[in-house]
Amino acid sequence: LNAVTLYPNDLVKRVHEDQTLVHALKTMIKTRIVDERMIILQRQGIITFAMSSLGEEACAVGSAAALDLGDWMYPQYREAGILFWRGFSIEDYVHHMFGDAKDLILGRQMPNHFGSRALNVVTVSSPIGSKIPHAAGCAYAMLMQKDPHVAICYFGEGATSEGDFHVGLNFAAVRKAPCIFFCRNNGYAISTPVERQFASDGIAPKGEGYGMKSFRVDGNDFFAVYDAVLTAKEYALQGNGPVLIEAMTYRMGAHSTSDDPTRYRKEAEVERWKDKCPILRLRQVLEQKNLWNAQIEEEWKTEINLEIDEAILKAQNTPKPNRESLIEGVYFEVPEKLKAQLDEAAL
Amino acid sequence: MTEMTIIQALNHTLHQEFAKDERLVTFGEDAGAFGGVFRVTSGLQEAFGEQRCFDTPLSEAGIVGFGIGMAQKGLKPICEIQFSDYIFPAYDQIVNELAKMRYRTGNQYSSPLVIRTPCGGGIHGGHYHSQSPEAQFLHTPGLHVVMVSSPYDAKGLLVTALQSQDPVLFFEPKRLYRSLKQEVPEESYSIPFGQAEIMQGGSSVTLIGWSAQVHQNLAAAEGMDVEVINLRTLNPLDLKTIIESVKKTGRVVIAHEAPITAGFGAELAALIQEHCFYFLEAPIKRCCGLDTPFPHTLEGDYLPDAPRVKKALLEVMRAV
Repeated sequence: LNAVTLYPNDLVKRVHEDQTLVHALKTMIKTRIVDERMIILQRQGIITFAMSSLGEEACAVGSAAALDLGDWMYPQYREAGILFWRGFSIEDYVHHMFGDAKDLILGRQMPNHFGSRALNVVTVSSPIGSKIPHAAGCAYAMLMQKDPHVAICYFGEGATSEGDFHVGLNFAAVRKAPCIFFCRNNGYAISTPVERQFASDGIAPKGEGYGMKSFRVDGNDFFAVYDAVLTAKEYALQGNGPVLIEAMTYRMGAHSTSDDPTRYRKEAEVERWKDKCPILRLRQVLEQKNLWNAQIEEEWKTEINLEIDEAILKAQNTPKPNRESLIEGVYFEVPEKLKAQLDEAAL
Repeated sequence: MTEMTIIQALNHTLHQEFAKDERLVTFGEDAGAFGGVFRVTSGLQEAFGEQRCFDTPLSEAGIVGFGIGMAQKGLKPICEIQFSDYIFPAYDQIVNELAKMRYRTGNQYSSPLVIRTPCGGGIHGGHYHSQSPEAQFLHTPGLHVVMVSSPYDAKGLLVTALQSQDPVLFFEPKRLYRSLKQEVPEESYSIPFGQAEIMQGGSSVTLIGWSAQVHQNLAAAEGMDVEVINLRTLNPLDLKTIIESVKKTGRVVIAHEAPITAGFGAELAALIQEHCFYFLEAPIKRCCGLDTPFPHTLEGDYLPDAPRVKKALLEVMRAV
């Protein structure tokens, strides 16, 4: 690992304001509760599918905390935390999970394929690596437009085997695009463990191979993630080009509601990671600062659960998207051909 | 008016539009300092700087993927794919990302870029420098597909492509790049998508084609009472012009360079029988490339050149 700049966990902490810490912990807890409730809804047959970021919440929230609204985000499906950090409402999120008429993407993709133009979060695409060159191109556009922001792209370690990962990193490095490639190395790509995914020493050396600064951080440490992303942003905006961050974490939950991880990994392995829970670790810091106690957390949880209850009720009373919306947005203007096809498809 | 080749018309149009619109950016393999292997982007880097016209690493998926992100952020990228035979490494980016961006994001994001790429045979290029892959992209909703066939069309269609709010695949006929010269107006003009050109009027057969093939079709129809249609864009399709012509002639030949099976000619034949069945006086004839990889030495035997098209015309005219 000599070629890789290891990111020091004990770097001076720049996130110290009480308000920020409270918002961070509350957002991580919100993400976890929303995920758990959505999985229950899927098990009840109310929604079709759900994914969670259980155990990986610090990656999304810590990185979002280091950026501002002008920084564009290209998430994977385990980054609900970035939306909640930026103020996306639980109500909007649940409408998306239902794919109803108030879903921002009108039910055109599966659940957990969120995005928000207002929040500069680009809608998730199922293929895991295809957005990596997009983030590089977006960052290059920022450079050309003299827009002092970065693009950040999130993906799991499995995505690094796709050609688009290598293409995206190479283009960004050659064009010195201010892009942050954020890899959550969570141990598994569905059932495939890292040792069957790559023979390299993780992901960080691959960034060095493309000539970019690369950090490896403890992805369950909110402060480490925050510092790495903040440093990466400053570095990229100084004209040094992109940065790759490998955040070491663990997927505590299943890949999705269609997955059963007991078929391919031991419970003891999952147990070992429970002590490293990112929420527990951030909570300790807040407790020392008298910003957290059990009662405060109960109040938060009650508030969040009530918000989810209300959102579910609203979603259940929201109709499906209009039939006419089926042909909208394929092109800027709806072609006559599609109108005729929709008419013909009517019974 | 100046006499120009297709290369000159495209280069002239890019210079003209780059000067007007600072969102325009072009890039591709050797597209920067060298001006592209066919010289279409020649002089743009000197005139507008390295940020707006640059060489990319050798990766088509990267060229399109990088362009998608730039378009999302508000630029207007013109991606050059050196030969359309090399578009396939970018196939996933085009089909799964570019074409679906507006739809899958609920109209929140779009990526209206232009992909310029030379296509077609007749230059002894073998199967990696000769293919016509347009049909593969017509099966994907969300893309406009443009087939250039002359210097005049090259300019007018490129201007429309650059104004489009949707992604455009802009196929250029490389065999005609330098061989065909035409008067092209200096001032900017546009040719709307979905507007076919009737190159020769006629009443006994409708002969439909696009790209370089239209010149073979014109040669085949010379001296005959054949209506020669150049579609110009395949999506959107000017079905109205086709229907009007077929209702008049009752006989149809469709000619394209790509392999016959599942080529765009098959879709046209289906549409014509749907809309003109009771006007047809003979089976619709397709005169196309064979279902083989594009050959090198025997490309003359593979391509539907003028004598073959003429044979097809005579066949449908004989049919009762």
